[in-house]
Amino acid sequence: MKLVSRNFATPDSHKLAVYEQSGGYARIRKALEMEPQKIIDEVITSNLRGLGGAGFPAGRKWSFLPKGNPKPRYLVVNADEGEPGTCKDKYIMTYDPHLLLEGIMIASWAINSHTCFIYIRGEYVKQARILEEAIAEAKAAGYLGDKIFGKDFPLEVIVHRGAGAYICGEETSLLNSLEGQRGWPRLKPPFPAVEGYLACPTIVNNVETISYVPWVIELGGQKFAELGSERNGGLRLYSVSGCVNKPGVYELPMGTPLREIIFEHAGGLPEGRTLKAVIPGGSSAPVLTAAEIDIPMDFDSLAKAGSMLGSAGIIVFDDSVNLVEALAVLIRFYAHESCGQCTPCREGTGWMRKIIARVLDGGGRPADPDNLLRIANNIIGRSICPLGEAASLPVIGFVTKFRAEFEEYIATSRKVDAPATTSRMAAAL
Amino acid sequence: MKNDGYSVTNKIMADSITTEQTQPAVFSPAAFKEAEAIIARYPSRDSATLPILHLAQREFGYISPAVEQLAADLLQRPVTDIHGVVTFYTMFNQKPVGKYHIQICRNISCWLKNAPGLLEHLKNRLGIDVGETTPDGKFTLTAIECLAHCEQAPAMQVNDDIITNLTKEKIDTLIGDLK
Repeated sequence: MKLVSRNFATPDSHKLAVYEQSGGYARIRKALEMEPQKIIDEVITSNLRGLGGAGFPAGRKWSFLPKGNPKPRYLVVNADEGEPGTCKDKYIMTYDPHLLLEGIMIASWAINSHTCFIYIRGEYVKQARILEEAIAEAKAAGYLGDKIFGKDFPLEVIVHRGAGAYICGEETSLLNSLEGQRGWPRLKPPFPAVEGYLACPTIVNNVETISYVPWVIELGGQKFAELGSERNGGLRLYSVSGCVNKPGVYELPMGTPLREIIFEHAGGLPEGRTLKAVIPGGSSAPVLTAAEIDIPMDFDSLAKAGSMLGSAGIIVFDDSVNLVEALAVLIRFYAHESCGQCTPCREGTGWMRKIIARVLDGGGRPADPDNLLRIANNIIGRSICPLGEAASLPVIGFVTKFRAEFEEYIATSRKVDAPATTSRMAAAL
Repeated sequence: MKNDGYSVTNKIMADSITTEQTQPAVFSPAAFKEAEAIIARYPSRDSATLPILHLAQREFGYISPAVEQLAADLLQRPVTDIHGVVTFYTMFNQKPVGKYHIQICRNISCWLKNAPGLLEHLKNRLGIDVGETTPDGKFTLTAIECLAHCEQAPAMQVNDDIITNLTKEKIDTLIGDLK
């Protein structure tokens, strides 16, 4: 079964006429005949979760908007796709921009918002152009503008390009960035639903989440919910990368076993290789060992197993991969992307980087696995935004589950009087 | 310079953060019109900052202190704010870059597909290190983090285009084709 990926292979699927031939823009017409609250109720029933990574129930998020607040309301679509291993929103925006627009229209009607920003990562130049063209087409057809579909309901959609900052995928950082500031996260509460863009009530939803909204309307909340697993409604896009034969983006039900995704849909591992480890939900998600992949891929099952579904960016490591060096790549990334606002994350990611660099450089100390764990555990829970956790969880996962590999690496590569510098870091990475 | 508070403040602040004397940067009439249309799209002028800087980078190639000043005047913000924004985001070049800006991903999915080997290959092929520009001003090489093309790794960006499933041969052909 395919929902949001249904049109990916259709020629010219990004054009309005092609989209309408496949039944597009019928759901918004239906939605405009529904009471907005009824739409929110359907989305709550559907168990549609926040597919950017946090997994927060989308309908509940919408219902947090304050009643009686005279300020304008904004819808912001998070298209900042930057979690390493995640490449799914790109497909929706490249091949089905009108699906995203239809979802935006339905969501805007449901929450009574007349302005939507699509905050798209700066590197997605092509996708930003496709979206602009789709918006122009929709405007010309009267689907956007002063009276959408002839209804007394104005709606404008503005594509806003980011400029290269992983942190801007975090919703309050994204809002500061949209306001023309540095992408520094905000302390919560207040949550964006109460005080978001320009201190107005704002709903921030991921591209994929919004793109499933038309399907919730078409199928009904109950039926959509039944497609997934308990409390995890519908389908989602799984990005698979790394050591598999068929890396790609696969739309499958919530709760599909990880083993099935890797070995059936993604074609398994190259001949002669065995599975060593899997990151199940983007680089921030704690790693799973080969013995832990018989797990349903939904938010609750992975949380129970001590990892997370996150953005469903599945990164596969086979037995040829050195996991110490793999973790070094991730540590370098988080140290680079820490925004610098709060001390535990800024300093902690820097220290972890220094330690892993000296390990790679042959200067690792026997206590370094514990040093890494101690720093990671001191970042968690002490930062303004989840980047602190995102930087620490991979460290804790890799060092705890593959401790012997770290100890062996340090013991065998250790040089006497090795300078604790980063000289080999760049070469090794 | 306009005789209003912003411009005067900006002038003082610009002088305090840059020691070099620069010629003022000026948008072409077409770019200026585009800038005004961008600003008009937003309910607050500040919100136009990133798109104005993208436009400025397209026009001038990089964001010099003079270009920061231009953006500050247009947006009616202190130039220090603009400088803070420019330095926060990796896509804004603070130095001139080559005609072709090659940015290769080295994050985890690309790393698993030999991104480090390709980076070495690019360095040798271009005769420059990461962060450098070839003497003829044609290529700048940068190593960057995830481009979200993990399923087609390894990937790199050349100006606005993203090129995927890279091999050494593919890189050689591409560099040969870039005039």
